[in-house]
Amino acid sequence: MQTLTNRAKPVDRRPMTLAERLYVVNIFKGMMITLRHMFKKKATIQYPEQQRPFSPVFRGLHVLNRDEQGRERCTACGLCAVACPAEAITMEAAERKPGEEHLYREEKYAAKYEINMLRCIFCGLCEEACPKDAIYLSETFARSNYKREGLIYKKQDLLIPHPIEQPEEYRKALGNRAKQKQSAN
Amino acid sequence: MAEEKKLFKVTIDNITIEVEPGTTILNAARMIGGDVAPPAMCYYSKLKGSGGKCRTCLVEVAQGSTADPRPMPKLVASCRTNVMDGMVVKNITSERVLDARNGVVEFLLINHPLDCPICDQAGECHLQDLSYEHGKAGTRYEFQRRTFEKHDLGPYIQLHMTRCILCYRCVYVADQVTNKRVHGVLDRGDHAEIATYIEKALDNDFIGNVIDVCPVGALTDKTFRFKNRVWFLKPVDAHRDCPKCAGKVTLWYRGDEVFRVTGRKDQWGEVHDWICNECRFEKKKTSDWVIEGPTRVSRHSVISANHYVNVAKPEEKLPQIMGRPPKITLNIHDISDVNKPEIHLSELPGPAHSDDFNK
Repeated sequence: MQTLTNRAKPVDRRPMTLAERLYVVNIFKGMMITLRHMFKKKATIQYPEQQRPFSPVFRGLHVLNRDEQGRERCTACGLCAVACPAEAITMEAAERKPGEEHLYREEKYAAKYEINMLRCIFCGLCEEACPKDAIYLSETFARSNYKREGLIYKKQDLLIPHPIEQPEEYRKALGNRAKQKQSAN
Repeated sequence: MAEEKKLFKVTIDNITIEVEPGTTILNAARMIGGDVAPPAMCYYSKLKGSGGKCRTCLVEVAQGSTADPRPMPKLVASCRTNVMDGMVVKNITSERVLDARNGVVEFLLINHPLDCPICDQAGECHLQDLSYEHGKAGTRYEFQRRTFEKHDLGPYIQLHMTRCILCYRCVYVADQVTNKRVHGVLDRGDHAEIATYIEKALDNDFIGNVIDVCPVGALTDKTFRFKNRVWFLKPVDAHRDCPKCAGKVTLWYRGDEVFRVTGRKDQWGEVHDWICNECRFEKKKTSDWVIEGPTRVSRHSVISANHYVNVAKPEEKLPQIMGRPPKITLNIHDISDVNKPEIHLSELPGPAHSDDFNK
């Protein structure tokens, strides 16, 4: 039979010698591997106390962004929802009224915005589709929940804290990756 | 047949077709169809006198006719140039044409705002399609884009003058479809704008058709404003017995709510029949209409996204085995705030506001 790779080795089917049948050498070899691992650096970390750094391409929980004045950037253009392969995003748009200029950046905004985290596959296509830098996938996990009802995330669950009123929380929610993005721009 | 009509033989992009004398190059190319047909922003086959303004339909005439085979020195507007016998036209096979068209698109976009995320026309906008095919990603324009004072055109039609490309289609509609035109293009050059001279509502019975003919989002339906994006709606052909117009329309559904009513459009984005304002703005209930079936949408259009036709649903085995339908433990409408059954967006006369959702 033709081999798929040139690395295939024929199986040695000769009968074992007495030294081989005693297995002393092979058992010793195996024990040495175990012993060596005892002195190696441990792969496990103590999770809640210690945390692994996120990869720069990690895609976590969605965040709805605000601009530097704290106005919502989302204009409910629907591109994230049409890009979403899992059809997890739904929204309803409204027109900004006079007097709401400090809340919404554009004349149209998302009155309702929902992401069904049960459907979301964290592919990041919504972030790529967004023309307003309004949604991005942060460096946190979606929180677990005992009930499925709790995994339908509304706009208030997704919005980033206000950058002027809650600067500390805002910076924390922004994460490292968003900062890299801002410094690159 | 009494007399054989003399037909002109014209070759467009190496495809030869015989057309009647007096046909424009654009219409001859549309008879061939496909990519050969030049794009048109201002020409509208149902409006007399339209065309010749936007220059997107420029083509190269490599050979004038059999009698005079010299090429035309400049690119010609195909919507305004008639074919001659033996004419050879180059559209997409000509580098010059594509280059000129890129330039024209850049000119059209100089003053066009980048507000597609807000614009209700997005998804069915001809300028969007055109700039997607021919436009550059960036702009070389360094000055302020033109801005205008806002004009109110009444309860039905929303005017965004900054988006206008001055194609004059809406002016021709008012001239040819309605009996009295109250709007027009005022001023000249950079200040030219679509407006009524003295603040006046457009309230003619057929004036709603300006929404359908507008190639960009300058004139949009105020009753549909910001209600939803066109690609989330489901277009359905329907008709009703209307004393004023043909009554053949496309209804745009979300769930079982009619969000807007438009004329039926052909493959060139032109309406088949003009429809009256009553059909367009007043009749937003399914009971007003006789449904014919889903509109055929080109699969290259974003409107066809997530619309599945001819779906063969697999047979549900679980109810057969259990003897009862499975218990649904989570009904999304109990939790979700979107698409609440008690809020009827289609019944609002204008765009929704923050207080419309907090009932």
